[in-house]
Amino acid sequence: MEYIAISTGFALMLLGLWGILSQKNLIKIVLGFTIFDTGINIVMVSIGYVKGKAAPILDVINASEAANKIVDPVPQALVLTAIVIGLGVTALMLVYVLKLHREKNSLDINSFKDLKW
Amino acid sequence: MFVVIAIFIGVASLIGGYIAIHHEDLSVAIIASGLVSLFASIIFLLLAAPDVAMTEAAIGSGLTTLIFFYVLNKIRQRND
Amino acid sequence: MIKKWIILGILAGMGLIFFDLFSAFRGNETLGKTADYYARHGAEEVGASNIVTAIVVTYRGFDTLGEVTILFLTAAIISFVLKIRQEDILPNRPIRITSELLDSASQVIVPVIFMVGIYIFVNGHLTPGGGFPGGAVIASGVLLMILSNPNFSVSHKVIAWVESISGVGFVLLGVMGILFAGGFLDNRVLGLGDFGKLFSAGIIPFIYSFIGLKVGAELSNILGAISHAQNEKN
Repeated sequence: MEYIAISTGFALMLLGLWGILSQKNLIKIVLGFTIFDTGINIVMVSIGYVKGKAAPILDVINASEAANKIVDPVPQALVLTAIVIGLGVTALMLVYVLKLHREKNSLDINSFKDLKW
Repeated sequence: MFVVIAIFIGVASLIGGYIAIHHEDLSVAIIASGLVSLFASIIFLLLAAPDVAMTEAAIGSGLTTLIFFYVLNKIRQRND
Repeated sequence: MIKKWIILGILAGMGLIFFDLFSAFRGNETLGKTADYYARHGAEEVGASNIVTAIVVTYRGFDTLGEVTILFLTAAIISFVLKIRQEDILPNRPIRITSELLDSASQVIVPVIFMVGIYIFVNGHLTPGGGFPGGAVIASGVLLMILSNPNFSVSHKVIAWVESISGVGFVLLGVMGILFAGGFLDNRVLGLGDFGKLFSAGIIPFIYSFIGLKVGAELSNILGAISHAQNEKN
């Protein structure tokens, strides 16, 4: 299970990076960033997975034997905050896309050459 | 059984990611990236991380998609 | 042409790095040292049955404070960048009228969505969920309100009050940890209570409620700013 998940995560990261590098449309580039984000989150959670163990919630699991029965909770706590930050960063990038589009009336990244030398 | 589901979901999310990067219609691409987030939340559930799955389902496939559509709508309104 | 080869080269290099990481990955049979400590002592030290909540709110509560600050900063920057001058607002933007079904259904559903969000973050220490998903659910309720009524604007006064009260409350509860317990954001200010009850785990339910309200207000603020920008001339 964790092998399938981690390979999916790495493949999504590569796919997102390919989108960021090869696409010309600004919205497509932002989409590439969100896919990259999802891939990183999947990789992090699957590194914390322990074979055949349950979720880290002690409702039916006894607290005394919890260490042998749950998966690693630390990456899950990190990813929980990373997803919310990801939404904030995506919204910020999209707002900048909106502003850039107002300046040049175009979404093509090749039309923004003001600082190119 | 879970392994079969995981393989299916993984392949489906990769196809969704490919469509999101490569389809020339932006609405289709945005919907496909929302689909990737939805499949990712199922993968989190299979990896025994229900907290992360809930957050990803609410944020990744709900709010992010709608923000993309708001920006796309504004850009189309300008181009008309 | 040369651009394509550079992109291919970068992708191949990253693929090589990822393949190396993947082939070194063996999967876990047991927990690591830190996770083992949290699993063994989390229930007795913090009193929360959800270990992820124990880590997010107490063991790494300082991280969460910084994270909420980052979210506040992004919301503030978005509002600043999307600010529209009064003369740039379109007087009568053509609005497609929402259907009767969406309009009346949203009046019934929105309170239920808010209730589900509050339930998720109040029970964050017992069941999966907590402040971040709860806040996102509340923000999606606000989104439904915006979608069903295009003239609806998110009230800045309400958002500012909710956000400042929950932010100040979060920090004050953390400082109370220094005064009455072991340190900043220590949850043993109130006593741990019965394991598995709603009012247990010290101040975790209160802190997570504040986080949920703050995240909900910030995400609603982002959505409101972006939907208000639709009224801009050009």
